[in-house]
Amino acid sequence: MNVYAIRAIYINELNRTWRTLYQSIASPVISTALYFVVFGSAIGSRMQAIDGVSYGAFIVPGLILLTVLTESVSNASFGIYLPRFLGTIYELLSAPISATEVIIGFVGAAATKSVILGLIIFATARLFVPFEVVHPVLAFLYLVLLSTTFALFGFILGLWADGFEKLNLIPMMVISPLTFLGGTFYSIDMLPGVWRQIALFNPIVYLIEGFRWTFYDIATLAPVISLALTLSLLAVCFAVVVWIFRTGYRLRN
Amino acid sequence: MTNILAIERLTKTYDNGFVALKGVDLTIAQGEIFALLGPNGAGKTTLIGIVCGLVRATSGKVTVDGCDIAADYREARQKIGLVPQELATNQFETVLEAVRFSRGLFGKAPNPAHFERVLRDLSLWDKKDQRIGALSGGMKRRVLIAKALAHEPQILFLDEPTAGVDVELRRDMWEMVRRLREKGVTVILTTHYIEEAEDMADRIGVIAQGELILVEEKHALMRRLGQIRVTIGLTQKLDALPDHLSDLALDLTPDGMTLAFTQKGEDCDDRLGALLKTLVARGIEFRSVNSERSSLEDIFIDLVGRRR
Ligand SMILES: Nc1ncnc2c1ncn2[C@@H]1O[C@H](COP(=O)(O)OP(=O)(O)O)[C@@H](O)[C@H]1O
Ligand SMILES: [Mg+2]
Repeated sequence: MNVYAIRAIYINELNRTWRTLYQSIASPVISTALYFVVFGSAIGSRMQAIDGVSYGAFIVPGLILLTVLTESVSNASFGIYLPRFLGTIYELLSAPISATEVIIGFVGAAATKSVILGLIIFATARLFVPFEVVHPVLAFLYLVLLSTTFALFGFILGLWADGFEKLNLIPMMVISPLTFLGGTFYSIDMLPGVWRQIALFNPIVYLIEGFRWTFYDIATLAPVISLALTLSLLAVCFAVVVWIFRTGYRLRN
Repeated sequence: MTNILAIERLTKTYDNGFVALKGVDLTIAQGEIFALLGPNGAGKTTLIGIVCGLVRATSGKVTVDGCDIAADYREARQKIGLVPQELATNQFETVLEAVRFSRGLFGKAPNPAHFERVLRDLSLWDKKDQRIGALSGGMKRRVLIAKALAHEPQILFLDEPTAGVDVELRRDMWEMVRRLREKGVTVILTTHYIEEAEDMADRIGVIAQGELILVEEKHALMRRLGQIRVTIGLTQKLDALPDHLSDLALDLTPDGMTLAFTQKGEDCDDRLGALLKTLVARGIEFRSVNSERSSLEDIFIDLVGRRR
């Protein structure tokens, strides 16, 4: 194991975050605060509690994921796309490192940043609405797992993309809408019959349900399904990345 | 001497079917400075790319200090430093960050003393905290060299190191190559500037259209393929070559004022001595003797041209 290389990539990626601190941290925090002002405080005060949880508190897990999932994808994808775009990828390819080590470095850094972001949003939310987390350890572990899975997905995106537009496309056009419609602002039980059926095809519904369960111990779907789905996503992404490195797809001639 | 690099029957066919290397065999001794000469598109960058892990070989075998580049890629790559042909840098990093990153990537603990030495050698020390984006092109190239040396490699590859580089950097670079050689580092450079090979290299390989057409020690190459043209300026016009000079294979210029001959190889002293003796003995006066050695450039054009 080339630990120094993993550390070098990891630190280098986090340094990139510090360099763009406003973009990386401030803007998601501000947009989340706006959601809380609008949905949490203004509208939320007129909404009924859902399963005994106040509306303001109910939307917290979904709002955290809204940012965490998109940021995990864009961060990791940007992290690996940038050296490809700049040509500095030659150094990674010529270094004595394995695919796994490269992944740990890039995905680890992107996931770390997302987890920090998630915690910051959590703290921000706490300023607007009072709530208690029922399973704090599980909540944290699940946040780590989701960040890692989506960062890995972003890593694949960054290897596949051949332009900056494509990098932004997936987080903006796929992840963000699916999260929005995935039960961030409502319980899927509130949807009329056919829409509920359709919603069940959205994988992010399960992730938000699972994450909300760790917060309030309420779930319309079994948390085990959420966990199984997340682990499957992780496994698929990992297999794809390993295949990419084996074949040198988009990396080596 | 041990071989630091051994390449056997290496071929490369790109995805589009283009055959960039057609079975290259080459061994490089440790501590050697080797220049790979060849026109654009000859396959120099492809060859280096394969050794360094950027390009997959189609067939053949490469070992670095006994380590196979595929099977023992970690050991093999750790011994190699690469300065690529293209200027690829991350504009937002500082110089020192970039160098520290490179060393880490190659699996070594940070060594501030080594960073300082390398950056001082390349006149980058006072710029260590500057962003790379703020540096000039020449300085960026120095940064790439510093990154390649950050992990103390045993072999340094310089791909077209002086293309578009100022005189000062060129001088510093050769100074650095000499220092590396003293430490036993092997340097392999590609170029199509022949003076570079002529000044620096111990051995020269010529590659054209994916084939290594010649590998030879530099002086031997000059001797074997080089030629010397000697011209003797006369004080009085000669109407024709005198009979007693005819067996020396001389040319007389049309104005009758210059005698000349061309000698293959590096040494023409015997022939010139004999000629001058004859001239003195026959009372033919001369006012100048000039000799001009063909450069590697001429040899190279000759070699590559002959293959077309
Ligand atoms: N990725 C690639 N796909 C197809 N052909 C390539 C690729 N890279 C290089 N070539 C071709 O291979 C030949 C050798 O290129 P290169 O090794 O860069 O030559 P040199 O460095 O000697 O100028 C050139 O004709 C070039 O066009
Ligand atoms: Mg080249």
